[in-house]
Amino acid sequence: MAATVETVQQVRGLTEQRYKYGFVTDIEMETAPKGLSEDIVRFISAKKDDPEWLLEWRLKAYRHWLGMPEPGWAKVDFPPLDYQDAYYYAAPKSAEKPKSLDEVDPELLRTYEKLGIPLKEQEMLAGVAVDAVFDSVSVATTFKHKLEEVGVIFCSISDAVRNHPDLVRKYMGSVVPYSDNKHATLNSAVFTDGSFVYVPPGVRCPMELSTYFRINAENTGQFERTLIIADEGSYVSYLEGCTAPMRDENQLHAAVVELIALDDAQIKYSTVQNWYPGDENGVGGIYNFVTKRGACRGRNSKISWTQVETGSAITWKYPSCILQGDNSVGEFYSIAITNNRQQADTGTKMIHLGRNTRSRIIAKGISAGRSQSTYRGLVKMSPKAVDARNHTQCDSLLIGDKCSAHTVPYIESKCRSAQVEHEATTSKISEDQLFYCRQRGISEEDAVALVVNGFCREVLQQLPMEFAVEAQKLVGISLEGSVG
Amino acid sequence: MLDIKNLHVTVDGKEILKGIDLQIAPGEVHAVMGPNGSGKSTLAYVLSGREGYVVTEGQVLYQGRDLLGLETEERAAEGIFLAFQYPVEIPGVANTTFLKEALNAVRRHRGEDELDAMQFLKLMRAKVKQLGISDELLKRSVNVGFSGGEKKRNEMLQMAVLEPRLAVLDETDSGLDIDALKTVADGVNALRGSERALLIITHYQRLLSYIVPDKVHVLAHGRIVRSGGKELALELEEKGYSEFAPEAA
Repeated sequence: MAATVETVQQVRGLTEQRYKYGFVTDIEMETAPKGLSEDIVRFISAKKDDPEWLLEWRLKAYRHWLGMPEPGWAKVDFPPLDYQDAYYYAAPKSAEKPKSLDEVDPELLRTYEKLGIPLKEQEMLAGVAVDAVFDSVSVATTFKHKLEEVGVIFCSISDAVRNHPDLVRKYMGSVVPYSDNKHATLNSAVFTDGSFVYVPPGVRCPMELSTYFRINAENTGQFERTLIIADEGSYVSYLEGCTAPMRDENQLHAAVVELIALDDAQIKYSTVQNWYPGDENGVGGIYNFVTKRGACRGRNSKISWTQVETGSAITWKYPSCILQGDNSVGEFYSIAITNNRQQADTGTKMIHLGRNTRSRIIAKGISAGRSQSTYRGLVKMSPKAVDARNHTQCDSLLIGDKCSAHTVPYIESKCRSAQVEHEATTSKISEDQLFYCRQRGISEEDAVALVVNGFCREVLQQLPMEFAVEAQKLVGISLEGSVG
Repeated sequence: MLDIKNLHVTVDGKEILKGIDLQIAPGEVHAVMGPNGSGKSTLAYVLSGREGYVVTEGQVLYQGRDLLGLETEERAAEGIFLAFQYPVEIPGVANTTFLKEALNAVRRHRGEDELDAMQFLKLMRAKVKQLGISDELLKRSVNVGFSGGEKKRNEMLQMAVLEPRLAVLDETDSGLDIDALKTVADGVNALRGSERALLIITHYQRLLSYIVPDKVHVLAHGRIVRSGGKELALELEEKGYSEFAPEAA
């Protein structure tokens, strides 16, 4: 008997080590009634104190959503979603509009501290401002005032709707329309919070901006919306991180991110996604169905996506660039790691509209266990994309013999002078490499992490320094138990 | 230091080593020579713990302990180093990163503090200088795009940093020009000492002109068929391996 208890505890300890963010914060929550209906949309809108135009927009999206089919083309497999069996709004009671960090519930501050994201400014990573989103609401935004000095607006999207309605109305839905796809449309109807960034003309944002998303409540979907606008000649680097508790049921995360870069502006958007991936049998985990798109509206503008996707039971995500402005540049650097029963279908779309537009895609997929990973990417050259160029490189690395990797490139070129290049490789971690490392004293798991980090180096180099180190560690953790 | 008793090893069900006996004392340098296919590399792999090499009989004691019960990385941490005949490429992993990871893993095993970036850099600078290797080699990915000579020099650098007690050199001289051969020999000789032992596996005598062995063994069809002093190597150079030709099938 005692031995059984001990075993159970040991196993629990092990699992927690593998996903150390799996804890639950015990805090009083306010939720909307379960299920989805027009009333729920109105409830959320009322909770958020929406202006009339926003409520109308939500309702328009909701009605459109009702008739939309699920996107069925991705190489992922899961039972149909029951939209009535989830909550669409959950907020810590204490979180209703804290005015400053001193007023934030200490329990919430402790949660973020545990996640390695201290929100008290004096303890923070110097040079990184954080917006912390807990379930449906933004609980704190740091360094707000310092940013205001240079005119950068960094706040929750709810605050932006209240305080900068003109900017929000002008740009929200302009890159990802409310009718875009089933998940994005649902988000448009029920989105609860997210981050808003506006960088005025000619300003180089003096620090990294970052949002940390945390799902805590049970049976709750998270639907946040991020809107980043870089005005003429400005620059901003933005990072998003995510975690969730370990739970047996699947939770839906359907976010929308819209980026707009005007003339000569640059946006660098990095994601380190570590949502709970489910257990080794595929029970539980987050469904990460996210629509991310950037518009290079201005001449010489540039948008660069970097993503490290290690978590989630299912990832369905294609951060894209619409290259409208002449000479604009789109980049997509991706690492997608799947282990156990995880499924990932991820990639990008590069839509070349302007002259001399350039895009670069480097995608690294690593599959272990019984997982499957697909790169799906579209490169489209419109008739006006004179002299446009694209280079795509997709590399897949397999660990073990029960996983799979797929590469699905779509190329549509309607322009004679445009150039599109696509390279793809698939390899396995060789037994020679592991033996070589182990003969030098490196354990098998560390050897796998080392080889995989090497495989991903070109992408890891794109991450801001502080996060590159974290991402490297994460690569090792997510592959634990993948060999031997 | 190393005591091999009646060692039988099979690979894919085929017996390659058929009863090896070999004793190496601290401070000694032994050379194992033999024709191709005699089982020389198998001996190197079985000592370092490569998977797929199955010991069917016999035992190996290393510093009085049963070596065969240890994992590959434990053997490395206990001071066994294998200089590879074909060093392996690891794309994207800088040579320094690899070495730091290895050294710190070994130090942890020994209960020593890990070296931080600055301490490690200092150590590397010293070793590189000592071996006459270019700094630039450190920044490149492990063995990727290295010439044959660079790969072998890199093995010597790793050996110098990890300071093994028993180093096994598997055909380290193959494919080297005379300059590279001298670098390798200098690296090995710098490591010689009363606490360390070396096992040099080679087809040719020429490396043994630079690293003079205490004992030479001839391995043929899975057995040590002759043992002698350094003069045995010269004799082999002259006569070839024909007298140890494979047994008639």
